[in-house]
Amino acid sequence: MMQETTIDRPIMPLRPTSFPRERPSRTADDLAGRPPKISVDHLNFYYGPKQALSDVTLMIPQHCVTALIGPSGCGKSTFLRCLNRMNDMIDNTRVEGEIILDGRSILGPKVDVVALRKRVGMVFQKSNPFPKSVFENVAYGPRVAGVRGKSVLYEIVEKSLVRAALWDEVKDRLNDSALQLSGGQQQRLCIARALATNPDVLLMDEPASALDPASTSRIEDLIFELRDRYTIVIVTHNMQQAARVSDQTAFFYQGELIEAGSTNELFTNPARKQTEDYITGRFG
Amino acid sequence: MSQTAFETTAYSRRRARMSQAFSVLCLAATSLGVLVLILLIWEILWQGLPWLNARLLTSFPSMYPEKAGIAAALVSSLWLITLTALFSVPIGVGAAVYLEEYAQASRWRSLVQLNIANLAGVPSIVYGILGLGLFVRALALQRSILAGSLTLTLVVLPIVILAAQESLRAVPNSIRQASFALGATRWQTVWHQVLPAATPGIMTGVILAISRAMGEAAPLVAMGAAATFITFIPLSPIDEFSALPVQIYDWASRPQPEYHHVAAAAIVVLLTVLILLNATAVYVRYRYGKRIRW
Amino acid sequence: MSNSVIDVAPHGRFGIEGQAVRPRRWGEQVIGVALFGCALVSILTTVGIVIVLVAEAAQFFREVSIWEFLTGTEWSPKLENKFGILPLLCGTLLVMAGAAVIALPIGLLSAIYLSEYASSSVREVVKPVLEVLAGIPSVVFGYLAIVTISPLVRTIFPSAGVFNAASASIVVGFMVLPMVVSLSEDILRAVPRSLREAAYALGATKLDVTVKVVVPAAISGIVAAFLLALSRAIGETMAVALAAGNRPTLTINPLDEVQTMTAYIVQVSQGDTPAGTLEYRTIFAVGLALFVTTMFLNVLAQWFVARVREKYE
Ligand SMILES: Nc1ncnc2c1ncn2[C@@H]1O[C@H](COP(=O)(O)OP(=O)(O)OP(=O)(O)O)[C@@H](O)[C@H]1O
Ligand SMILES: [Mg+2]
Repeated sequence: MMQETTIDRPIMPLRPTSFPRERPSRTADDLAGRPPKISVDHLNFYYGPKQALSDVTLMIPQHCVTALIGPSGCGKSTFLRCLNRMNDMIDNTRVEGEIILDGRSILGPKVDVVALRKRVGMVFQKSNPFPKSVFENVAYGPRVAGVRGKSVLYEIVEKSLVRAALWDEVKDRLNDSALQLSGGQQQRLCIARALATNPDVLLMDEPASALDPASTSRIEDLIFELRDRYTIVIVTHNMQQAARVSDQTAFFYQGELIEAGSTNELFTNPARKQTEDYITGRFG
Repeated sequence: MSQTAFETTAYSRRRARMSQAFSVLCLAATSLGVLVLILLIWEILWQGLPWLNARLLTSFPSMYPEKAGIAAALVSSLWLITLTALFSVPIGVGAAVYLEEYAQASRWRSLVQLNIANLAGVPSIVYGILGLGLFVRALALQRSILAGSLTLTLVVLPIVILAAQESLRAVPNSIRQASFALGATRWQTVWHQVLPAATPGIMTGVILAISRAMGEAAPLVAMGAAATFITFIPLSPIDEFSALPVQIYDWASRPQPEYHHVAAAAIVVLLTVLILLNATAVYVRYRYGKRIRW
Repeated sequence: MSNSVIDVAPHGRFGIEGQAVRPRRWGEQVIGVALFGCALVSILTTVGIVIVLVAEAAQFFREVSIWEFLTGTEWSPKLENKFGILPLLCGTLLVMAGAAVIALPIGLLSAIYLSEYASSSVREVVKPVLEVLAGIPSVVFGYLAIVTISPLVRTIFPSAGVFNAASASIVVGFMVLPMVVSLSEDILRAVPRSLREAAYALGATKLDVTVKVVVPAAISGIVAAFLLALSRAIGETMAVALAAGNRPTLTINPLDEVQTMTAYIVQVSQGDTPAGTLEYRTIFAVGLALFVTTMFLNVLAQWFVARVREKYE
């Protein structure tokens, strides 16, 4: 909350894409050719009288990583939480517009938000494992969805942990408390936990901002690997990270979506002056 | 002026002395509370210990102090606190969960909250009058253990609710969010995540409430429920009953000094039960409290 | 790719046949209603108290005028049919005032000691002691009053009776003391550090800081704590019934025997009075008076607490 916009900015004005990229982004053509997983149409969002998002329209293509960037308080988290209706938890909020997931609206009172959240998983900025064992953490989602039977659960847990690149580190300590894991491990555990409900969309709100560079890089690798199977939306303050992991980038400013496009293009050739100022660190 | 500002003057010395005196005064005041507790415990042990024996625990009230005992009162009290816990824990925790996890911020919620705060300040004897009008007469439960424990339930309910609310509030929101984000329903979130995390705190509050129920005499006396000459062990919730604090009251109010000794011995028993209850609370807090560190 | 195991958690209930319809989760709804019911119990308790008290008191006031009840100076329901509550009220206030004389200054000074002076190790000893003191049942204090305090009072003041308001006041004072201390201490601790430091920086002694800065800043909360303590003292029953006596007296002499409202209710309840008689109904009339008095103090205290909240939030 108290983060200044300057903190995560590149120290020098630079084009992050000038770094060698070991993970190739999807090209603009590729993006355009993909079916939209989520399409957001003229979305407005209000916390009581305060408008936090105004008129946001964005396509999120399938099996791509979409990065949301922008200065603190610009509404990135709010946007993300609209996608799995976590904002419903907050009193006095109001939403207008349309969000379509796989051709169906997810807004409106008739939508089963519980089922929606099983399909749209979420990873938070601060890792928040339950104060239970590693196994119980990962098994929780399937359990509340009604999956019974230790062996079935065990398989789900193993598979999820493998996908979250954590299995080798915790396979011998599945019954230890999750709170004993390191920060980076805890965050990957939270990713595994989200994968266990078999979502097809994964929302990540600054998943690596509390981690050291090594853990950050593991998470980034992981995101790249998960891309082929999941549609990922990630909020980050770190421009290089956005450039490294994402295929599409959306720049938010004061509740508005200023610009969105393929990551290559947005970072090398931004259409709007505000975007350019922001990504080069000449902001404000 | 020949002095530098750092030298002490008569004035500054006097101020320092007054400050010192004030701190001694505060310390003395604080010690008074501690002294009274020591005096109280010492008096009771002094008067009661010689009279504390097996006969006291196994006999019924009697015309003769040396034959009088607390068998009926003690069993009644155990009945009362058991039933009171059985009623007040689900209702109290349920109300707390409703207020903290279910109700949206609204006028209704503030009303319920204000009401609970007020109920906590209502004298217990007023609950006794309510018990008399409602349970004993209107619901025709007579002077039964059931009527007594329902009355005590109402007395301790605010304590349970407020303690449970506080422990629920101490559970970090990130846990709820994580659970909801995994597609858990509200109740699943509460049942699997929030309540387990809040349990040590809730248990502490519950034990506090039960201790209170154990020591309450006024509501039972007011509802007329506690007969002093109960010379049988109550075996079911619809039996008539006595209660340890009511028995103590009766003995203490008699002029004969021997009865005061019996009362003191009964107080030793009452305080022992209370200490056991609270030791459990401390143990629970220690045992389960340290496991979770956010 | 064998995705089958992970797919055990199916997308099932979302969007059957293209419709994203919320399934009716009966269990969830039943639980929600049940929890609401639990919260409703607390409201119903208040309603119950008011109905029971008012219904029976209304019967009472059909035979005794409210005016007589509130202004009559004699209370003798059984023998002389005199229903003036003033002696009971006076006894109650006398005991309360005595308790306040003990609990308020000692409580405030202790709270100041704990929040401003005491080291954390001292606090760790004193606070549990106060908790224990707060947890000791009323009858035990009543016992202490008649067996220890009253003889002591009579040694110092030979004119005092066996039962007297003073011994009741003393024990009630110590009964409500823990409450005054813990509530006031919380409030004093909530006073921001910066305020204290600002005063120290101006060369104030600890006494100056405490008396001129910290206590004034916390005054609303302290008043609230005092009011709650007074309310507790008024509602205090068993200790008072044992120590103060059972003779309704219009007096301000703490050495006299008095009867408080609570003690009167106890006295009548013990006497096996048949329901429906005028004497039986006095319980409810006096109970109503007691309820209104304590409720007034509680609400007033909450008003002060709300003022504290405004200040710090
Ligand atoms: N629960 C809430 N109640 C009221 N206003 C809120 C709430 N949460 C966020 N806001 C406001 O909405 C705006 C957008 O907040 P949001 O958290 O979406 O920003 P963000 O882009 O995620 O910022 P950051 O990068 O610091 O996380 C901010 O002005 C914030 O103050
Ligand atoms: Mg954010």
